[in-house]
Amino acid sequence: MEKHFDQHISRQFNQELEKLRQDVMAMGGLAEEMVEGSIRAVVEGDSDLAHRMIELDDRVNTMEKDIDGYCTMILARRQPTASDLRLVLAIIKTVNDLERIGDEAEKIAKMAIRLIESDRPRNNFRELENMAQTVRSMLHDALDGFARMVPEVAVALVREDEKVDAEYEAILRQYYTYLVEEPRTTRRVLDCIWIARSLERIGDHAKNIGEYIIYLVEGKDLRHASPEEMEKTILQDDRNDS
Amino acid sequence: MNQANTPATPSVTAGIPNVDKRKQLNLRHEEISMEVRGLNLFYGKDQALKEITMDIPNKRVTAFIGPSGCGKSTLLRCFNRMNDLIDICRIEGEIRIDGEDIYHPSVDVPELRRKVGMVFQKPNPFPKSIYENIAYGLRLQGVKNRRKLDEVVENSLRRAALWDEVKDRLNDNAFGLSGGQQQRLVIARAIAIEPEVILLDEPCSALDPISTAKVEELIIDLKESYTIVIVTHNMQQAARVSDFTAYMYLGELIEYDDTAKLFTNPAKKATEDYITGRYG
Repeated sequence: MEKHFDQHISRQFNQELEKLRQDVMAMGGLAEEMVEGSIRAVVEGDSDLAHRMIELDDRVNTMEKDIDGYCTMILARRQPTASDLRLVLAIIKTVNDLERIGDEAEKIAKMAIRLIESDRPRNNFRELENMAQTVRSMLHDALDGFARMVPEVAVALVREDEKVDAEYEAILRQYYTYLVEEPRTTRRVLDCIWIARSLERIGDHAKNIGEYIIYLVEGKDLRHASPEEMEKTILQDDRNDS
Repeated sequence: MNQANTPATPSVTAGIPNVDKRKQLNLRHEEISMEVRGLNLFYGKDQALKEITMDIPNKRVTAFIGPSGCGKSTLLRCFNRMNDLIDICRIEGEIRIDGEDIYHPSVDVPELRRKVGMVFQKPNPFPKSIYENIAYGLRLQGVKNRRKLDEVVENSLRRAALWDEVKDRLNDNAFGLSGGQQQRLVIARAIAIEPEVILLDEPCSALDPISTAKVEELIIDLKESYTIVIVTHNMQQAARVSDFTAYMYLGELIEYDDTAKLFTNPAKKATEDYITGRYG
């Protein structure tokens, strides 16, 4: 589907939808920044950075409310249909997931502050850094896919999310070993489990955003579908004259 | 109808020429009231309808939408042969109601119009009392029994959701009613002669939002008993009241689908451009 949200007879409506898209991208940028900053605060033991990330969450929350309000206004004033309606609905859902990503990043930043008081592990949290790397690129791809309206991104996100889940399982197994072998690390390891859990959740939210892109572009609800089903649906694009 | 004794043809599209499968909405679970097959309509040399083929389901609301001049009113008027009144109008193809071709030479047109009632954009009550507006059609049919007339007048006004507002002034002139009441009166008049189909040509475009809401409620109530076809410029109205929607453009049927599907995920870009207010 071509991007044609700027082709309404009403220029005012074009501007409203454009503002909405830009606001979502700005909110997504902020969520990305929070994920990146909070995990760096863990790895580098930077408490100032962690505090800054915690403060950023307020901005993400405010943006969620602003964008929801703007969507409500558009629904009431424009009564959008077809792809316009799907855009507004997809945005309402996307900002909800972005807000939750902000919450998870905030939790990671709080853990970063607690971890400063514990001994640092020999590998310097490498396993969490690696997992965060995957999750960050998922979030980046989801936002990029949303901006360019590329439904194929959703398939890649589901596959990446499966990897993140596997990585999460592996990290948990590794931590259980620590708990048994080095009981004095218990507190640190429990905090790290929370961080891994938050990263795993961020991956889920990024995957959700991918599913909204399919809904936006194709008008199909493929939540909970396998990547194979998604691929099949996207390929058999039944638009006969677009 | 004159052909009342001829067996009705089965209302399926199989074996009928001029059926463009892609434009055929899946109405398998619907009983079909009216079938349009390869309909072409010309005003002199100008072709106003091009190869229209569609089925109108029984006891459902079907909406025709499209820009001015797309042929939606022209198509609506074909269902009760209102276009016959225009000299230069020529029609090819078929429209069947309950399996009978309404353009067959043996068809009794006044009887067809009794069966297929019509309501127009501007309410057009007769310059008579409220009571006589409703009783008029029955009197034409020769009904004289006062009790029978009273009964039909009350029933029709009740069904048109107007009874409570007018029951104490049935002998007042109909022109004293508000626009919205007049429109419901005209609908009551159409119902009084027990049609099968009601055609509504922009029934709310001259009404305020409250009267519009009342007429829309009425349309939804009426589909329990009648097949309703509505032409409207108000797309939200089509979305609110209809079960099926047909989008027409330049005399062609572009897309015909379930209303919910057409307004959330239309198959054709032309439809999408129209319903979202884009320049196509």
